[in-house]
Amino acid sequence: MRVTFTVNGRRQEADDVWEGESLLYVLRERMGLPGSKNACEQGECGSCTVRLDGVPVCSCLVAAGQVEGRDVVTVEGLADFARQRAEQGGCAGGVCGTGLDEAKRWAAKPASADAQSGEKAELSPLSPIQQAFIDAGAVQCGFCTPGLLVAADELLERNDSPSDADIREALSGNLCRCTGYEKILDAVRLAAARGESHTSGQGA
Amino acid sequence: MAGVTRTPTHLTQGGKTRAGIGESTLRPDGTLKVTGEFAYSSDMWHEDMLWGFTLRSTVAHAEILSIDTAEALATPGVYAVLTYDDLPTGVKNYGLEIQDTPVLAHGKVRHHGEPVALVAADHPETARRAAAKIRIEYRELPVVTDEASATAEGAPLIHENRTDHHIGHVPHPNIVHRQPIIRGNADEAAKRADVIVSGEYVFGMQDQAFLGPESGLAVPGEDGGVDLYVATQWLHSDLRQIAPVLGLPEEKVRMTLSGVGGAFGGREDLSMQIHACLLALRTGKPVKIVYNRFESFFGHVHRHPARLWYEHGATKDGKLTHMKCRIVLDGGAYASASPAVVGNASSLSVGPYVVDDVDIEAIALYSNNPPCGAMRGFGAVQACFAYEAQMDKLAAKLGLDPVAFRQLNAMEQGTLLPTGQPVDSPAPVAELLRRVKAMPLPPEQQWLTAGAGADVRALPGGLSNTTHGEGVVRGIGYAVGIKNVGFSEGFDDYSTARVRMEVIGGEPVATVHTAMAEVGQGGITVHAQIARTELGVQQVTIHPADTQVGSAGSTSASRQTYVTGGAVKHCCEAVREKVLQKGRAKFGTYHPAWATAELLLEGGKVTTDGGEVLADIADVLQDEAIDLELEWRHRPTEAFDLHTGQGNGHVQYSFAAHRAVVEVDTELGLVKVIELAVAQDVGKALNPLSVVGQIQGGTTQGLGVAVMEEIIVDPKTAKVRNPSFTDYLIPTILDTPTIPVDVLELADEHAPYGLRGIGEAPTLSSTPAVLAAIRNATGLELNKTPVRPEHLTGT
Ligand code: FES
Ligand code: FES
Repeated sequence: MRVTFTVNGRRQEADDVWEGESLLYVLRERMGLPGSKNACEQGECGSCTVRLDGVPVCSCLVAAGQVEGRDVVTVEGLADFARQRAEQGGCAGGVCGTGLDEAKRWAAKPASADAQSGEKAELSPLSPIQQAFIDAGAVQCGFCTPGLLVAADELLERNDSPSDADIREALSGNLCRCTGYEKILDAVRLAAARGESHTSGQGA
Repeated sequence: MAGVTRTPTHLTQGGKTRAGIGESTLRPDGTLKVTGEFAYSSDMWHEDMLWGFTLRSTVAHAEILSIDTAEALATPGVYAVLTYDDLPTGVKNYGLEIQDTPVLAHGKVRHHGEPVALVAADHPETARRAAAKIRIEYRELPVVTDEASATAEGAPLIHENRTDHHIGHVPHPNIVHRQPIIRGNADEAAKRADVIVSGEYVFGMQDQAFLGPESGLAVPGEDGGVDLYVATQWLHSDLRQIAPVLGLPEEKVRMTLSGVGGAFGGREDLSMQIHACLLALRTGKPVKIVYNRFESFFGHVHRHPARLWYEHGATKDGKLTHMKCRIVLDGGAYASASPAVVGNASSLSVGPYVVDDVDIEAIALYSNNPPCGAMRGFGAVQACFAYEAQMDKLAAKLGLDPVAFRQLNAMEQGTLLPTGQPVDSPAPVAELLRRVKAMPLPPEQQWLTAGAGADVRALPGGLSNTTHGEGVVRGIGYAVGIKNVGFSEGFDDYSTARVRMEVIGGEPVATVHTAMAEVGQGGITVHAQIARTELGVQQVTIHPADTQVGSAGSTSASRQTYVTGGAVKHCCEAVREKVLQKGRAKFGTYHPAWATAELLLEGGKVTTDGGEVLADIADVLQDEAIDLELEWRHRPTEAFDLHTGQGNGHVQYSFAAHRAVVEVDTELGLVKVIELAVAQDVGKALNPLSVVGQIQGGTTQGLGVAVMEEIIVDPKTAKVRNPSFTDYLIPTILDTPTIPVDVLELADEHAPYGLRGIGEAPTLSSTPAVLAAIRNATGLELNKTPVRPEHLTGT
């Protein structure tokens, strides 16, 4: 079958998709977006987390056919997604979470031609949560990182000042085997703090 | 390689800060990892590639009567189906020390999940479905699952015709290796004891559960060779095992490390490497294999489950008199690292304590259980679980404080191990215990949040809302451990580094090329820091790890920063000497300091140790590059005597102490670990941020074993019952408490920069500290990991 949907703001088409294929497989193997990881393919580890119409989901549990006409954001689109959100004033105004209509209106700039080049990151600055993960030392092997980033970014969108218990609750579906989570907590706290100083006009 | 669209990349880090050793430099691969662009082994991709799949045995012990692949091969989209009969003539087994592991089962399967056949197809699902059509006829054999069944009269032999060098000294062919250690006279010393305690301890089978599953891509080369992109811990060890099976010379098997999603010992043995190469060579097409989580549980060896019997004595005033122990490790169907695990378990079985009179025996079994081998802590973990429980029992019996009792018996620099080897670097055991005890305790009843009643998220049971604090009791427990660093027992534990220095864009830059597997531990960060420190450059490029440079040894045994870091330092020093030689030749006549002073490379300049600038490195080098490849070794070690266990077997030790605070819901038997504080001596923290991250990660794996992690093997059928993340639980962020870390830096004068390997020690003492805290909270004896609700409620 053919599946057509939006990924990181761009319309994408996948042909010859077998009915049993997951969204994760289509993203990774058919669209050349391997950022979402496959650590369990059974909905237990969160490494494959993406936003589907704004909602964080385990893409390994979503059948490719289910995303027909819908909107997906992966870790590859996170920086643009966060920038777009910031330009629209974030969610500090009260209503948090990206709605379906909003998500559909959002469009990322075309991805750079050479996805391998480290240069791209310099042209397109990281989202606050991405930068915070690096700065806090929350990335070791990094296999859990894309899923954690998508989940943590969504948490901060809903709640710009989460307590530790809030962070733990929001990230409890994402396993990390390397870090012991302490630095992941640090990263989310750091991003939240930077967000706060940003919205209170002290610069990012 | 043309057509490979995703491959490992060179990682360059420049920036304005100097970022030498001792600084919390950020990872050079950090940006790629947070943007999803970092190429892990499962992300390898090649146009026109096929997918490989492994068919595994559904029984643990059986004769293979027949294999029928016709229907599988006839499936549209299938390119190859291989069984044992399709292997090239010659070597058909592999293994780290003993080559007893079949590439594909021949004649017999020895454990549940053993690879029997391979399929390559154009879609992973096609490969899986075709594999399901392969018909195998088994004649099941009785299974051997523990020491009693393995050594009983007439027990089936797991390996009928053993020829390895351990067979001469083991009491039974179902025992892989045996190491006794006799020192002093434990029976005589026992007579001096006022109290004697003994216990039997059971350590469950833990899985490394690295998140990035076994995977890689094999691309057939035009010369009949193969290019393999794979996640592993030691490229050259893989190469040594792969090439003979493929019937290829090593130069024709070119290996490149692809992104590794954690390892923890689970990638020391081969998994899909040979399988992917065989399929690629057979089909003439690139073949990718990616295990799913279910398969990953069968695709790597686990931590040895163990039974340990211990007896300790002490005098009234609290001095240990003697120790006797027997440690039985279950190695499963194949040897893997079992012999070395036995060496570690026995030689570290007394822990970081002074005990002169010991009688020790450790063995590893062959059985039909899943093969066990390396995992973080490697034999020292199981022993630490037992000896720390013994310390608490002794302290209780003597009416002494458990920390004070440990401090009274703590080893120091100069203490002899049971092997007779002196510990010849700082051994701050008492100090680490003091530090961890001195950290402030978390507040009592911290679930009581300001006025709002109980926040159930902070209570045992969490969001399942099973208690609001009633029936919840707190306990505190301590533990400390000793782990050897590096490969022991006379192993030639060397590493190789290649360093190139040249001028690019007017700036001196360095490239570091090693075969070190970066598995997340941060070795590449440290290599760049070392190069900056030694060469005075700002920009360092880390070349992808591959087999085009000499071996770096394994990323295990806490050895990589010591040994490959040492090799990078050594090579940089030689490069620096060449720069200075060139400088002397070019500019020596202009300044007497070139001949007389101690010279350094700093900030792109040649300077005296007083800071006077003599030249720009760029002017010294101009368009010449310096490019050196050198090996580096640590001090040699020696084998343990096979009868007495005596010998200078280890090169370095690392020490960590934990304090665990737990809360237990005694009604439901649920445990919440509130805090796990650690104090560890790291010798010298080359990168403090990474050091703390490693300590917290290791601590969490120890916590997992204490309260949830265990591979459950059916004792009747030897089948694995829980090969999934649904049923094999690893700690989530909700299960993991805050982990305050106190880092001590007492330099080891024998090591580069004084550093100590750090990755494993925190995994040792974390488990017994949590157990001690649960015992403290409940008053129960608890001698098994993991602690399950039924152990706490007596149901
Ligand atoms: S891969 Fe989807 S949750 Fe683990
Ligand atoms: S799983 Fe390796 S960093 Fe989280």
